[in-house]
Amino acid sequence: MNKGTFYGAGFPYRDFGKLPGKLIVLEGADGVGRSTQIKKLRNWLEEEGYAVSDTGLTRSELTAAGLEFAKSGHTLGPITMSLFYAADFADRLENQIIPALQAGFVVLSDRYFYSVIARDSIRGINRAWSKLLYGIALKPDLILYMKASVPSLVTRLIHGRGLNYWEAGMDLHLADNFYDSFVQYQGLILEQFDIMSEEYNFVSINADQTPDEIFENLKRPILELLHNRLTKGDKPK
Amino acid sequence: MLRKNDTKGKLIVVEGIDGSGKSTQIDLLYKWLLRAGYSTYFSEWNSSALVKSTTRTAKKSKSFTPTTFSILHCTDFADRWENSIYPLLKAGVIVLADRYAFTAFARDVARGVDPEWVRNMYSFAIQPDAALYFRVPLDVAVGRITGARASLKYYEAGMDLGLSENINESFELFQGKILGEYDKMVDEFGLTMIDGTKPVKDQQKKVRSIIKKILVGFEGLPNPNKTPISVTNIQAAKAKKGGSK
Repeated sequence: MNKGTFYGAGFPYRDFGKLPGKLIVLEGADGVGRSTQIKKLRNWLEEEGYAVSDTGLTRSELTAAGLEFAKSGHTLGPITMSLFYAADFADRLENQIIPALQAGFVVLSDRYFYSVIARDSIRGINRAWSKLLYGIALKPDLILYMKASVPSLVTRLIHGRGLNYWEAGMDLHLADNFYDSFVQYQGLILEQFDIMSEEYNFVSINADQTPDEIFENLKRPILELLHNRLTKGDKPK
Repeated sequence: MLRKNDTKGKLIVVEGIDGSGKSTQIDLLYKWLLRAGYSTYFSEWNSSALVKSTTRTAKKSKSFTPTTFSILHCTDFADRWENSIYPLLKAGVIVLADRYAFTAFARDVARGVDPEWVRNMYSFAIQPDAALYFRVPLDVAVGRITGARASLKYYEAGMDLGLSENINESFELFQGKILGEYDKMVDEFGLTMIDGTKPVKDQQKKVRSIIKKILVGFEGLPNPNKTPISVTNIQAAKAKKGGSK
């Protein structure tokens, strides 16, 4: 299978060789139900006989504790936060995602760097700077964008895990309460996703539906990807 | 690649390979500026309380790759930039930095990251009013370090690059690469070269004459008690204690 292609320079000091696996990214706003779908997709793919690995933002052991600590204080600036996320991303990409792809796994990524750029842009971080920073990123085989309206995000979160400080964008002082702030902030995030949708070839999935309906719609492009490009001989045993 | 200084303050940085004597020189400069009554702040490479625990963990477990090494050192710099260096420059302080973005451009590129990529990463920073590059031949620097220190550390010796199994040899090869990168930056960033083999006193004389010129007509933030500035003077937060989690 093909060698990985990167958005920019990648990791020039390393040759990763062939990457027979597939990198599938699930993007979408907070509360859109990504983790529910990742679980369903994982089960489905494993039943189909694929080895699956999943990953998501801030899961790098290198940065998890430090970032958590940084976010709990009041001195974390926007550039510093952005770079912390980039370190997390780079560590997972180099030490987890790419090795899994080398071994022929299907990697399901709960968000990629697009979410980070969306959040950073709203906080005044220069877009061109972010894009060059993520020149290290491998181009996914498929980017599924779960697109939901703000009211359906609110419904899901209030009946689920609740609104939190960062997901409501409270640091931006958009409003004096979590609800109004969340609505305004997620509206801004959606605008950012719309811009990136074309730029990065997102496959949009209507996420204002039931989880089962969303799941069926996510399966379709994945099936297409795996059947078209992963022949039986390449299937991990 | 670096922004122009549009603040009321002055930014002075020292650069050079390990053992070039830059820390000695900036320390003398710092004391001289304080005595002269300037509001002066000193910032050291790799000293952010917010990022420290992460860097420490990675160094201990040797889990850095050239890219994560590069990004986390920039995270450390960004924290110092956002919380102290930039606001203090805005206030009209003279900020002294022992190592600056050029250290990353030299080291990280020696480790194999893309030169343009790392330059972009630091592009939020300001081009210093003076960037003093203390140049010494490789053997002199290596002699100073290996003679003075009990043992070299894994990353400072570039052991992660697999240049040599022998730590002293690896250190020398790695510093040689870094020296090459510094030399390339002299024109690119207008670094002022200072001969680091000269006696300390002579070097300091040269440093002071350069800085004097920069400070002609400079007023800056008053320093009525002639006291140094610490991080807690800028942001009275709990930032200092951080990083033990």
